[in-house]
Amino acid sequence: MTDNNHDIEQPVERVPKRVIGTPSHAATGTSLLGAEERAGSAEVPGVNLQDEATAKKGERIAAFCFLLAFLAGIAFIVSYVAFQVGDLDSAATSNLALGSSLTVALLALASGIVVWVRMVMPKYKLVQERHAMASDGETRSYVGETFLQGAAESGITKRPLLRRTLLAAAAPLGLAPLVLLKDLGPHEYADFPKKLRHTVWGEKTKEGKPRRLVVEGTGAPIRAADFNSPGGILSVVPEGYEHDLNELAKSTLILIKFRPEELKSGTNRNWAPDGIVAYSKICTHVGCPAALYEQTTHHILCPCHQSTFDAADGAKVVFGPAARPLPQLPIAVDGEGYLVATADFPVPPGPSFWERGDAEAEAREKGRQS
Amino acid sequence: MSTATVPKPIAGTSSFLDDRLGAGNFMRRNLRKVFPDHWSFLLGEIALYSFIILLLTGTFLTFFFKPSMEHVIYEGSYAPLQGIGMSAAYASALEISFDVRGGLLMRQMHHWAALLFVAGMMVHMLRVFFTGAYRKPRELNWLIGVLLLTLALLEGLTGYSLPDDLLSGAGLRITEGVAISLPLVGTWITFFLFGGEYPGEDVISRFYSLHILLIPGILLGLISAHMILMWVQKHTQMPGKGRTNNNVVGAPFYPAFMAKAGAYFMFTFGVIALLGTFAQINPIWLFGPYTPADISAGSQPDFYMGFLEGALRLMPSWEVNLFGQGGGTIPLSVLIPALVPMGLIMTGLALYPFVERWITGDNREHHVVDRPRNNPHRTSIGVSAMTFYGVLWLLGANDELSWVLHVSLNWTTYVGRVLVFVAPAIAYVVTYRICLGLQRKDAAIIGHGVESGVIKRLPHGEYIEVHVPPSQDIEAHMRGKEPVPTLPGTGNGSGNGSGDVPPKALRGPIGRLRAKMSAAYGGEKIPLDDGHGEGHGHAAVGAGEDDKPAIH
Ligand code: HEM
Ligand code: FES
Repeated sequence: MTDNNHDIEQPVERVPKRVIGTPSHAATGTSLLGAEERAGSAEVPGVNLQDEATAKKGERIAAFCFLLAFLAGIAFIVSYVAFQVGDLDSAATSNLALGSSLTVALLALASGIVVWVRMVMPKYKLVQERHAMASDGETRSYVGETFLQGAAESGITKRPLLRRTLLAAAAPLGLAPLVLLKDLGPHEYADFPKKLRHTVWGEKTKEGKPRRLVVEGTGAPIRAADFNSPGGILSVVPEGYEHDLNELAKSTLILIKFRPEELKSGTNRNWAPDGIVAYSKICTHVGCPAALYEQTTHHILCPCHQSTFDAADGAKVVFGPAARPLPQLPIAVDGEGYLVATADFPVPPGPSFWERGDAEAEAREKGRQS
Repeated sequence: MSTATVPKPIAGTSSFLDDRLGAGNFMRRNLRKVFPDHWSFLLGEIALYSFIILLLTGTFLTFFFKPSMEHVIYEGSYAPLQGIGMSAAYASALEISFDVRGGLLMRQMHHWAALLFVAGMMVHMLRVFFTGAYRKPRELNWLIGVLLLTLALLEGLTGYSLPDDLLSGAGLRITEGVAISLPLVGTWITFFLFGGEYPGEDVISRFYSLHILLIPGILLGLISAHMILMWVQKHTQMPGKGRTNNNVVGAPFYPAFMAKAGAYFMFTFGVIALLGTFAQINPIWLFGPYTPADISAGSQPDFYMGFLEGALRLMPSWEVNLFGQGGGTIPLSVLIPALVPMGLIMTGLALYPFVERWITGDNREHHVVDRPRNNPHRTSIGVSAMTFYGVLWLLGANDELSWVLHVSLNWTTYVGRVLVFVAPAIAYVVTYRICLGLQRKDAAIIGHGVESGVIKRLPHGEYIEVHVPPSQDIEAHMRGKEPVPTLPGTGNGSGNGSGDVPPKALRGPIGRLRAKMSAAYGGEKIPLDDGHGEGHGHAAVGAGEDDKPAIH
């Protein structure tokens, strides 16, 4: 226990007369609580006994509560056996039976104890003295001296060789746990920022064909001619990676069909066959899927912090905390009439990161050169 | 009936223990340890008991939960999701909900207990702040408390991510997006946390060991330290009759406090069971498995993360690119909201006791707490900070707000951007006025007594209401007021000593600022007894002055 030397601040004298007897010597064989007086004799200041009528009433109420708790406890066990689970309804029934019996048991127990304290136990107004936390000057100086003396005896102050080599010994061991954490990352970190910049849209399929856009959920490829009602929208993932969460976290698209005249200069029309535009669905703020679309305004809205992007104008930010437009994916129609990606996003999709640099400027420059 | 004998089994065990541990000495000092009584002392207990309930329900959950992101096809008994691919973690959370008896109850109780844990801690902390109970000698326990709150937020965050449903995934994605935006270290942190790219296959099991081992372990250690310090230093008490800075008035640990504590534990447990039974929380089966490609609209984090969410929503779209191409990106629209409010609040909390001590020069021990009105600047600072937090928190649900209030979403944000600065300032002024008003009312009661409701007709026909002196208890409670200490030589309005040379520590620019702040922060704004007693005198208490009982 932790009471070592707090006796300074815990005086026994002020505790009312009814103090527990000093522990008797083991040899006498009497109990620790041996010299106990009868609790709560009326003379003790600060301990006001309840009158017998109140106590009696309290006893009865508390007993009733405890009995109720007992019954509810039994009901809990019975419910466990009686109500099986295995589907939505039976789980709900079991939950109700177990939960309400547990609730009643606990609350009845609590109420019983409160009644016991309030009506049966005395009303207390005990006074205990309090002393300053600090130890007295003599103790402090004793501790100080002892500390110095011990340090001198150990030689740590006088023997620098000992001290320095000890420190040297501790340093690498202290680093060891950090070193051990290195393999939390699987491969060389050096590739990592590069990986963040690229998605599978930039890679051809195994057959060497451009990768098709497929509908999220069904995995069906999208025929440009079928996706023809203006204002239509689809959530799209890369063919072959429909269930690869790491890839989906970067590559998911939102596909929107426009009337050609609706598109403004921010959108690259070369990448918009038949007015079909593909933007990254991963919000450039902190990466939620920007899943909401308002047809009339052409606004893409991210439900997380409400960044709003103008889909007709290069998905530029019109409201909210996102700082950059959703990158547009270059797409085209392949020989069979399906939508495919012709290249990767010009800039890294998703949330910003340090190594991203000014990717937009880079992309513009590249665009100018080609 | 004087001496009863202790029953054999108890006597036997107790002497067995005493022979080996000397436990008698400890018991002698502590069995009748006095605990003061005030409803607000219960708030911390709620947090404590919720933590115990978290340990109990959480341990139950660990027996069934599978912290793995391995892809499985669901074949459990919840029909709508049968045959769907998901992580083993999500499948096991569904199993807990539908195929383990009591599993749903335990999950819901665990979640409710987590909310009550954090809420209890916050309200408890406000009580300690507004009554000045953090003052010497309790600053260390205050710091432990701030640490506990921070860790609890982390614990909640990791727990929320475990079931790996669509909602928990949205939280995780935001966490990742914030982490990766940190300058220089961002990609390193996410690389190591997620074992490569987001979401990877590692994060759930890593969060799991943080959630059930590391953080609870630290919490347990800190909570124990918190309790031991409280035990050693004893509770503070409200000012009142017979209560001084040198005593504790209340009920003994054994039997009254012990029984009451047991009852409150059962109450907390019972209320959590009630909520877990009747108030559905986090119905993960409705959200479906996590995929980074989807999100359920209107996703909300748990309430304690709301202020961060609000800060993120409030921020304008600022981002800078350093050093041009190939240089570094600093997404201020993520960094500022993620770091600044939390940093301000936690640092402010941690430093407040020390800053206040520096400003007031008050180095005494305080065991009788202040009524909030009696330290108006502290109270105003507290309310102002709460308002700041509150605005962010409300803005975290601005979509709901705009829906309920029928205003446009964007307007809630614009208004919020202004309010987050203006509202705390207004709150400060208003609170300050209210505090002084309440002080004035106290002074009136001490000076003229309370309205008795008895109307008397004076000989010349005028009616008056008879005022009677307040009851002793109330008067003692009010007279517990002390002027807020100021540094020696800075008392404002006291006239004497204004010509003196200021003490050394108060010269120089910082010293002068300190003296100014001290004069503004401290002093007696509304003296309790006009004309006599305290008057305008500022008990300019210097460092090291002896304890002064609160009741003269
Ligand atoms: C200390 C012992 C604890 C253990 C052993 C534990 C264990 C667990 C486990 C296994 C889960 C996932 C089960 C599921 O949701 O189906 C879980 C979820 C959770 N835990 Fe804990 N936990 C502990 C403490 C805490 C604390 C202190 C907090 C809060 C501050 C907390 C908050 C949460 C939350 C919010 C969830 C999500 C629950 C849900 O979605 O229904 N846990 N915990
Ligand atoms: S993640 Fe889209 S607005 Fe924050």
